[in-house]
Amino acid sequence: MSKRPEHQAPPELFYNEDEARKYTQNSRIIDIQAQMTERCLELLLLPEDTPCLLLDIGCGSGLSGSVLEESGHMWIGLDISPSMLDVALERETEGDLILADMGEGVPFKAGSFDGAVSVSALQWLFNADKKSHQPIKRLYKFFSSLYASLSRSARAVFQFYPENESQLDLVTSQAMKAGFYGGVVIDYPNSAKAKKFFLVLMTGGAAPLPQALGTEESDNSLQVKYARREASKAARGKPLKNTRAWLLEKKERRRKQGKETKPDTKYTGRKRSGRF
Amino acid sequence: MKLITHNMLTSKCLKGVLTGYPLAINATNIKINEVDFNPDFISRIIPKLDWEVLWKAADSIGHSEGLPQTIEQNYDDDKEFLKKAHRVLLEVEVEEGYLICPESGRQFPITKGIPNMLLTEAEVQ
Ligand SMILES: C[S@@+](CC[C@H](N)C(=O)[O-])C[C@H]1O[C@@H](n2cnc3c(N)ncnc32)[C@H](O)[C@@H]1O
Repeated sequence: MSKRPEHQAPPELFYNEDEARKYTQNSRIIDIQAQMTERCLELLLLPEDTPCLLLDIGCGSGLSGSVLEESGHMWIGLDISPSMLDVALERETEGDLILADMGEGVPFKAGSFDGAVSVSALQWLFNADKKSHQPIKRLYKFFSSLYASLSRSARAVFQFYPENESQLDLVTSQAMKAGFYGGVVIDYPNSAKAKKFFLVLMTGGAAPLPQALGTEESDNSLQVKYARREASKAARGKPLKNTRAWLLEKKERRRKQGKETKPDTKYTGRKRSGRF
Repeated sequence: MKLITHNMLTSKCLKGVLTGYPLAINATNIKINEVDFNPDFISRIIPKLDWEVLWKAADSIGHSEGLPQTIEQNYDDDKEFLKKAHRVLLEVEVEEGYLICPESGRQFPITKGIPNMLLTEAEVQ
């Protein structure tokens, strides 16, 4: 099994010239980046037929930016990898580029952007690549500075690859602490291949999360609930009682205390079906 | 770096810096890159800009010619004005040079048109 990129090297090293070249040559990567950006744009709910100024976080080679351009928007992108930005230059995208680390904060003045998108980049913030890195602090600094850089009622949408539920909790709780409302929309939750996570953040007060793709009405209501709960009180870093994440955490605590605990299985925290 | 970006960019992520705005520009190479004119976009973006900062930035790199120092009230109807704003905001690009933080004097190099805003560990808040 291939290791997740975030576990191999810091992003500015992982996205070297070889990796960056894939973003001009590998048609699968190109298609997927474009599709996910389109979905981000949809979730961004921009005013119709209005050319906007957008921020692309982890803009990389500008594949995502090209989709923004095609929809008539101007964008500014930031990325930590010089090799990826070189590819964006080579592709002659229309966006303007900045070399920056999102974990150090978003370096723009208040109210700059009509919206922000980020495709396949946010999971990098869960890592501590330097001695001084504390993921929680970096996430909070990122979200609070992003919040300030957005205009009123603007949204930010991130497609990302969380590794487990505690990362989902971490990312939503830090975003809520920074002032955002919102939560995670999971498209095609029942498909191993098509399943995709979108963190949808809103600045203008609580609104229902958009409907996920590939779900029944009932599945989706679960996600919306998840979002409300997060919005209600940032969950103080702890998962909601009786959820799977909460159970796993509790069992982990018991194990650490040397107490006898049943092993975690895929059934842990599942609802009993009522039938025997 | 386009001047629209300069109008938004700050060095406030530096430890000890409050607003870090506006950044001074020292340009050694400037390029003009034609971009399709979209009057809607330009009229929409103008209220979000700090016009004085834009004018001074353009002036400091020798591209303020024809650009008014203040904005007229009915600027949306003035196509000539919108075209000039378009040129200065989107077509004039600083290729090489550096930006300077107004509070700390820290310089941020611009290479191949990309400002390097990366901080050292000691500079992070
Ligand atoms: C999968 S790529 C996505 C690329 C981009 N959406 C595109 O169209 O090419 C993820 C990008 O996130 C960037 N990234 C990772 N960590 C980052 C950080 N801390 N700050 C800024 N960018 C980061 C990487 O350099 C990489 O270019």
